[in-house]
Amino acid sequence: MPLLELDGAGVSVPAPAGSDPRSGPAGEKVLLHPTSLRLTEQRIGIVGANGSGKSTLARLLNGLISPTTGRVLVDGLDVGRRGAEVRRRVGFCFTDPAAQLVMPTCVEDVELSLRRLERDPARRRERALAVLAEHGLAAQAHQSVHDLSGGQRQLLALAGVLATDPAVVVADEPTTLLDLANSRRVGDLLMALPQQLVLLTHDLDLAARCERVLVVSGGHVVADTDGPAGVAAYVDAVDRGRA
Amino acid sequence: MSSPLLVGVHQPGDSWLHRCPTGPKLLGLAAFSLTVVLTRSAAAAPVFLALALLTAAVGGVRLATLARATRAILVLAVVAAGLQWWIDGPAKAVETLVDLVALALAAITVSATTPVNAMLDTLVRAVRPLRRVGVDPERVALTISLAIGALPGTLALALETRDAARARGLGRHPRVYLTPFVVRVVARAHEQGDALAARGLGD
Repeated sequence: MPLLELDGAGVSVPAPAGSDPRSGPAGEKVLLHPTSLRLTEQRIGIVGANGSGKSTLARLLNGLISPTTGRVLVDGLDVGRRGAEVRRRVGFCFTDPAAQLVMPTCVEDVELSLRRLERDPARRRERALAVLAEHGLAAQAHQSVHDLSGGQRQLLALAGVLATDPAVVVADEPTTLLDLANSRRVGDLLMALPQQLVLLTHDLDLAARCERVLVVSGGHVVADTDGPAGVAAYVDAVDRGRA
Repeated sequence: MSSPLLVGVHQPGDSWLHRCPTGPKLLGLAAFSLTVVLTRSAAAAPVFLALALLTAAVGGVRLATLARATRAILVLAVVAAGLQWWIDGPAKAVETLVDLVALALAAITVSATTPVNAMLDTLVRAVRPLRRVGVDPERVALTISLAIGALPGTLALALETRDAARARGLGRHPRVYLTPFVVRVVARAHEQGDALAARGLGD
């Protein structure tokens, strides 16, 4: 498994002092307090309230956000300094696939992901079609991405990410916008990935299937344990009004 | 939500035009357009139109697609022809009208038989010599594809925002839907930027 490492990594943004309960002393809003973690498990779940800092934590892992203190390393590569290399290893799947899909048709969007890997257009098309078929989207290959159902769109976004065969997949609430059948489908697909998975989710059943679960609250990792225990800790914290 | 103008124009197929490489096809379109514009002859206009229709038929372009393209240009063409009628007389007016429709049909035929990615590949090859002066061809292609892709998405946001304003019983004042619309478009741009960065595009 790849090694994801946070070495005292924290993120804060400038904010007027006292404007937010999370404000630090120097008029800074802390999104994530300095955190040190070594993530080596195959499937890692991150749960926590909206605005708890879990998205910040996830975005650190592929350099979408750079830590303001400390370092983030993926297989020993500093995310801040070697972002391009890191992003080749770490795929990222967003909550809203509409933001992620940029080409007009499904096959073209997957081809966009493959541009760097495959220079020859004919072979690139072949590979893109194979990727779509793998995810049950062969019939939609030439359809507009705007005409897909929500579930199909998320599958396509995932297909675009997986097409480049990243070593790690980070998924930010990939099932939040989906109905039950589709969220099961996407959840099962993610759980069956050979890649290392970092999954942010509000679907606690899904989180419980991870080997390790981090509970994030107020910019801190407040619990770090196996799947079911992590979910229990989160539910308990919510029950007591602390998360 | 799909914009009929841009997405779904491409029709997969196996006609001679589909198999024709994109570069020559675009050059052909450019040559045809120049000829149409530079030939000042009312008699030639119907020939150009027939040529455009024949090419569309060879490419197997759907009638609905052709009708949509014609409708899109027709308002403009009629206005232009009206002015011509007034200034230069009926022959010139008919020539302008028919020429414009022929150009629109030729353009839609190329769009219908060429996938966007093939256009991008051609574009990348075409601007490659500019690499020496610091132009990144891949980035040029990506920028153009983003611009194309942004249109239907932005339209969808506009409709959604207007519906949301209506659902809350807010009036038709532009402020009540323009403000959230602009905010959402900018937010979408940020999200899309994140998504592109996450996919390693533009690295």
